[in-house]
Amino acid sequence: MKKKKYFRIIAAVLIVICTLALLQRLLTPKYVDDVIEGALIAEYYDEDKEHDVVFIGDCEVYENFSPAVLWEEYGIHSYIRGSAQQLIWQSYYLLEDTLRYETPKVVVFNVLSMKYNEPQKEAYNRMSLEGMRWSSSKVKAVLASMTERENFEDYLFPILRYHSRWSELNSGDLEYMFQVPKVSHSGYYMRVDVKAAENIPEAKPLADYEFGENAYFYLDKMVQLCEEKGIRLILIKAPSLYPHWYDEWEVQMEEYAKEHHLLYLNFLECTDEIGLDFQTDTYDGGLHLNLSGAEKLTSYFGQILTEQTDVEDKRADEKLAAIWEQKLAEYEKDKQEQYIQYGIEK
Amino acid sequence: MLFTSYRFLEFLLVLFLLYYILPARWQWKVLLVAGFVFYFCANPIYCVYIAVTIFTTWYAGCKIEALREKSTVYLQEHKESLSKEERKSYKAAVKHKTWIWTLSCLLFNLGILAVVKYTNFAISNINSVMKAFGSVGELGFVDIIVPLGISFYTFQAVGYIIDVYRGTVEAEKNIFRFALFVSFFPQLVQGPISRFGDLKKTLFEEHPFDKKTICFGLQRILWGYFKKLVIADRILTGVNALIHNTDTYTGAYVFVGMLFYALELYADFTGGIDITIGIAQTMGIEVTENFRRPYFSKNIKEYWNRWHITMGSWFTDYIFYPISVCKPMLKLSKFSRNHFGEFIGKRVPVYLSSFVVWFATGIWHGASWNFIAWGLGNWLVIMASQELEPLYKKFHNRFHVEGKFGFRLFQVVRTVLLMSCLRLFDCYRDVPLTFRMFGSMFTAGNWNILWNGSLLNIGLTVTDYCILLCGLVLLIAVSLLQRSGSVREKIAGLPFWGRFLLWYGLFLTVLLMGAYGIGYDSSQFIYNQF
Repeated sequence: MKKKKYFRIIAAVLIVICTLALLQRLLTPKYVDDVIEGALIAEYYDEDKEHDVVFIGDCEVYENFSPAVLWEEYGIHSYIRGSAQQLIWQSYYLLEDTLRYETPKVVVFNVLSMKYNEPQKEAYNRMSLEGMRWSSSKVKAVLASMTERENFEDYLFPILRYHSRWSELNSGDLEYMFQVPKVSHSGYYMRVDVKAAENIPEAKPLADYEFGENAYFYLDKMVQLCEEKGIRLILIKAPSLYPHWYDEWEVQMEEYAKEHHLLYLNFLECTDEIGLDFQTDTYDGGLHLNLSGAEKLTSYFGQILTEQTDVEDKRADEKLAAIWEQKLAEYEKDKQEQYIQYGIEK
Repeated sequence: MLFTSYRFLEFLLVLFLLYYILPARWQWKVLLVAGFVFYFCANPIYCVYIAVTIFTTWYAGCKIEALREKSTVYLQEHKESLSKEERKSYKAAVKHKTWIWTLSCLLFNLGILAVVKYTNFAISNINSVMKAFGSVGELGFVDIIVPLGISFYTFQAVGYIIDVYRGTVEAEKNIFRFALFVSFFPQLVQGPISRFGDLKKTLFEEHPFDKKTICFGLQRILWGYFKKLVIADRILTGVNALIHNTDTYTGAYVFVGMLFYALELYADFTGGIDITIGIAQTMGIEVTENFRRPYFSKNIKEYWNRWHITMGSWFTDYIFYPISVCKPMLKLSKFSRNHFGEFIGKRVPVYLSSFVVWFATGIWHGASWNFIAWGLGNWLVIMASQELEPLYKKFHNRFHVEGKFGFRLFQVVRTVLLMSCLRLFDCYRDVPLTFRMFGSMFTAGNWNILWNGSLLNIGLTVTDYCILLCGLVLLIAVSLLQRSGSVREKIAGLPFWGRFLLWYGLFLTVLLMGAYGIGYDSSQFIYNQF
């Protein structure tokens, strides 16, 4: 009798745990058919972890650089850990998280996020943090990123956050419940379509151009972490025409790089040299580069990486070559599909 | 720390573990600390207010008790030497002293309540009067913090001191035990208003871990969250839209808003009380019930015996009866009898005492004329019903409707509508606007909004309406079942998997259909503000 009682209790507990876990998987957004930026961070964990270059930052890295080009042209094995509006403390903790798995030779950080000194939007937090595996880095990232209305518990148990999504579930939620397909190419979000940069919004004067203390705090931590691990940190500003990159910000970044002996590259200053044409190389009017622009920029940056850092050409490495052969095939497939999708003849 | 916040649930979990892990003799001390932690988290300054009330009431209670004990000893010792007259005069002197302590305590604590809650209301009225007399100057409003649940804990303390004065309870000698009575955190937010004599029976006792009591407590908490999160907080969007846009939502919208508010208030308040009683029950403490299916009442008088029961009985015991039997009232009653006859003489004390009670009930709910009008509206309806009672009886006898289901249903619907109409004072910002909105129900002629889809433009979707409808059906079903005994007892009699299915189903309903988290505005319990 007692045995039966215990069996029932154990069965009930298992049912509770399983149904809650299933519901959580069902209700959590999959970011496959829509807003795919939310799926980028999680994809890293399925990757081979011997990258020589790791990019971290916001959309200005995951939409403007193509690791496939770095491999094809320079044999550089790289990965982008980027997410939409990735704030600098998220970048720092993502770097910390990445370094738990590997120690790249170079870390490239896009400095646009220096303009944010405080948590911004819950939706972007979710896209940057949900994909991270649980570790002390994730806990710290969540705590540093939460807006006033957010709760840590909602990150711990996403079902609490997405409990009301049942009314908007679609077939994709069931299809991708257990297995989410890859949406990026080593963290690169490919777009082949074109929307020329014609009406660039005018830069609004700011009350204060000084980067915030918090932003500097995490940049310092990033510098320190890279120093400790013997990683070369390169600061970049991607050539997106807006959000506007102010001269005052440029001065601060240049000074910071000089002070810390870092390489700082503002690609906005060499768009002609790169060969960027904002009539054809952007898919959203200058905010981000399309495939054509990203490939030009990556090709240009690859040259710098080869010349100014000690990253090596690894095309002779059979294991990596095999991995990249498959990646490049997927890259090419996606490219062709998108050309068809957007009616572009190539 | 809102009852609906994660932090509160975590706080409860820690408290629950401590409560049963630590030695049982420490249980009430754990609760005392928890009460102050809860209050401190709301705002540290609140602790000062409640501590002052605790100390002054406890001290006055001890003084009254000491005076009474001293007088008993004195009278015992001087049994032989004192004449009857001397004994009488000594007793009167002692009673006077105890009255002075009681009165001082009442004035002090009700004074705090009056100052923090009603100063700005008084200033606003003084300004209006000054303006009416042509004055250009205005008194500035003051910025006073209103401590969480001050109306509730002040009333508990006041009830205690009156009970001690009357000798119905013995004064508590241990200030910490008394502090726990005043600061017992589950009921600090929105009641019930407990009596010391009732609560102390289980509050200070040692409670062993009892599976059934704890399960029942947890089930009650879950049911409370269902009412609050699935019903009250979901309909809140619609209620807010309807009552805050008075230019757009007139006529039939007022009627809909009135019914929605009736449902929201019921689900919100009874849900909160379920959580309160459930929490107490998980710790083996019995808190007085505050509701007995009020929307099944057949008239307003009955409704008030079943809605916010502890408040009603508090006003009856500590305001209505003392006023009814006080010397000036008895004199007035006698005067009325002599000058206007038996009919008037009998009614004067009842009418006046009830008037004071309903005025106080109104203003207790909020510092505004709306609440006073609401209170007096209740008074008017109750008195009118009382006067029309013989007429009703004649009607019932003539048409043989008494006891028939259809007529009982009519009475229930009538009471709900009447109460909902009176609650319009609670919804709109001032009394004239309330009357205007009420009047618009009969003049706007827009009843087609009930079926032309307009009600989908008030922030509620079809899904919301479906959930609310199912929730309402469940509420009614549970209320009907409750008439024949405890629903939890009935469920406890089911086989294991039946019980599991019901409670886990309810848990999933709250989890998935509750209006909580980002995307929903976290809402305080309505009665917190009182």
